Amino acid sequence: MASEVVQVNGHIIDSLILPKVLDEIMDLDGTFEILEVTIGKRKTDTSAARLRIHAGSQRQLNHILKRIARLGAAPLYLKDVRLRQATKDGVFPHDFYSTTNLPTDVRFRGRWRAVSRIEMDCGVVIDPSTGAARCTPIANVRKGDWVVCGTEGIKLMPLQRARAPEVFQFMGSAVSSEKPKLQLIQRLAQEMRLIRRRGEKILVVAGPALIHTGSGPYLEKLIRGGYVHVLFAGNGLATHDIESALFGTSLGVQLERGEPVKDGHDHHMRAINAIRNAGGIRQAVRRGLLKRGVMHACVVRRVPYVLAGSVRDDGPLPDTLTDVLDAQEAMRRHIPGVGLALMIASTLHAIATGNMLPATVKTVCVDINPAVVTKLSDRGTFQGIGIVSDSESFLRELTRALRL
Amino acid sequence: MCRPTYYTIAYEINPWMSLKRQADSRRALAQWEALHRLLTHRLGARVRLLPPRRGVPDLVFTANAGLLHGRTLIRSNFRFAERRKEEGSIASYFRRAGFRVVTLPRRYGFEGEGDALWMRGRLLFGFRFRSDAPAHEALARLVGAEVLPVELADARFYHLDTCFCPLDNRTALWFPGAFDRYGRRVIEQLVPDLISVTERDARRFACNAVAVGRHLVIQTGISSSLARRIERRRFALHPVELSEFLKAGGSAKCLVLHLNHISK
Repeated sequence: MASEVVQVNGHIIDSLILPKVLDEIMDLDGTFEILEVTIGKRKTDTSAARLRIHAGSQRQLNHILKRIARLGAAPLYLKDVRLRQATKDGVFPHDFYSTTNLPTDVRFRGRWRAVSRIEMDCGVVIDPSTGAARCTPIANVRKGDWVVCGTEGIKLMPLQRARAPEVFQFMGSAVSSEKPKLQLIQRLAQEMRLIRRRGEKILVVAGPALIHTGSGPYLEKLIRGGYVHVLFAGNGLATHDIESALFGTSLGVQLERGEPVKDGHDHHMRAINAIRNAGGIRQAVRRGLLKRGVMHACVVRRVPYVLAGSVRDDGPLPDTLTDVLDAQEAMRRHIPGVGLALMIASTLHAIATGNMLPATVKTVCVDINPAVVTKLSDRGTFQGIGIVSDSESFLRELTRALRL
Repeated sequence: MCRPTYYTIAYEINPWMSLKRQADSRRALAQWEALHRLLTHRLGARVRLLPPRRGVPDLVFTANAGLLHGRTLIRSNFRFAERRKEEGSIASYFRRAGFRVVTLPRRYGFEGEGDALWMRGRLLFGFRFRSDAPAHEALARLVGAEVLPVELADARFYHLDTCFCPLDNRTALWFPGAFDRYGRRVIEQLVPDLISVTERDARRFACNAVAVGRHLVIQTGISSSLARRIERRRFALHPVELSEFLKAGGSAKCLVLHLNHISK
């Protein structure tokens, strides 16, 4: 949806200019809302009307604007963005525009251009030769890049309120452990089917607790059932998943019986060692070393995964990206096309992902700790629902609802 | 008025103009003289003459010079560069003649009485081909009256005065096909007695007529039914042959600018 606010002034009532503007917008399949109309009191007084025009695409909107411009209806905000060159690598000009995660347009050389790959807390860099506007994290800006400064010529598009009540609206962002979960999970399953049918991607961000609690097989089912298109996790999830695939334990605890096994404390290190020896997870799968589990499912179903490292990692696995900026970039590459993000039992990875997602992506955050769920919704996730739940029972119900 | 000393077809800026169909200067001058004589001798109008200038052939169409409001001329902002050259001559002539000369913002096209005609205390303002709709707001402020912008829908009738002609406070000639449905509704509500002309008469520039009291100076060759309908409203018709000016897309009205307009 593209929109623009226009104003038309003058003797627009008796001359039927206003009705004509409105008719033309509708004839061209646009819609409008009248924001303000001031009608002159005497015959000689002029009137003014301010409208917001909505159209299906920027192209269509431009067409409408062009048509009604001849009637005197002109966009209200006509200023171009102010650009300033970055003077150093990795440093924005002092008054750079800091982005939000809402769809953002910038006006450059008289045309509105959508900022690609919008995410919060970044800057906007414009390529003056093509006019392409790109959302750029601070670390990626290069000396000489043209950075959008100030707030003029920038337009944020508030998210459209859904017409029909849907799951993401109905829960709002209030997080409570005292909410019915079964219906919510049912509706989430419906939403996942819909998103998959629309050809959008489902992103899962998962923490190692998912393996410890024994819900790995459910995630595996989701992956094999085609409901996961990207997986973000850390070294821990992959390590314990592989440990459980190789030794049947997670951190030395037998998953089937819930009991620690003798000398189990070193299983995860042996698992890491085995994968390091094989050269990586994919190689381990290819050699037949790794035969089950979440990571195995990802490899055989060709679901891309990003394992981002941290200082407390053991090993790490060769697949783990230990440079955080590299990891962020790798995650960013998978964001376009994501329609739903499912964040399960993960705090840091979930927040990192939440920061990168445009506000249009629906997010579901599942954690046993209400604080984690609240934290994510507080960070400006607009279409999010929080579910305070153990990951095992959540995933069990979800796979059941999806009939996996 | 402006004597057609340098009048010729030097460019094509409307569908009537064709460089292949040149105007005969001698005939043009004779036709113009006849019109001038009719207005001054027969109808008793006082006519002032704008000195012609070489290189600006369309200066003869003085209706497009601007719009008079009391002793103020709202000078035209011509759409085409060819005619923008007239702006200087117009402004300096009016200043010397003791008028105040004002202009509208440059970004808006405005072609004077060609696109702005008084009717019942309101200024009907034709836009699209030569004038721009947003100009009407500034125009309304200058004339202190309601200005009704109507869109022109047919490029052959590129000025309001080619398809609409107020005869008196109740009556007007018009060619409805030159307007869209919005414009037609506005005009129908504004004018109690509308005389519709056929497309054939419109193409003969029947609407480009000059009313002087109960006399109407009009292009020759209009249909007898239109003549009858005008005469039935107690107007005396004065047909004039202006064929050389038709080649540039203008007739009687285009050749005349009212200096004493009173917004009735």
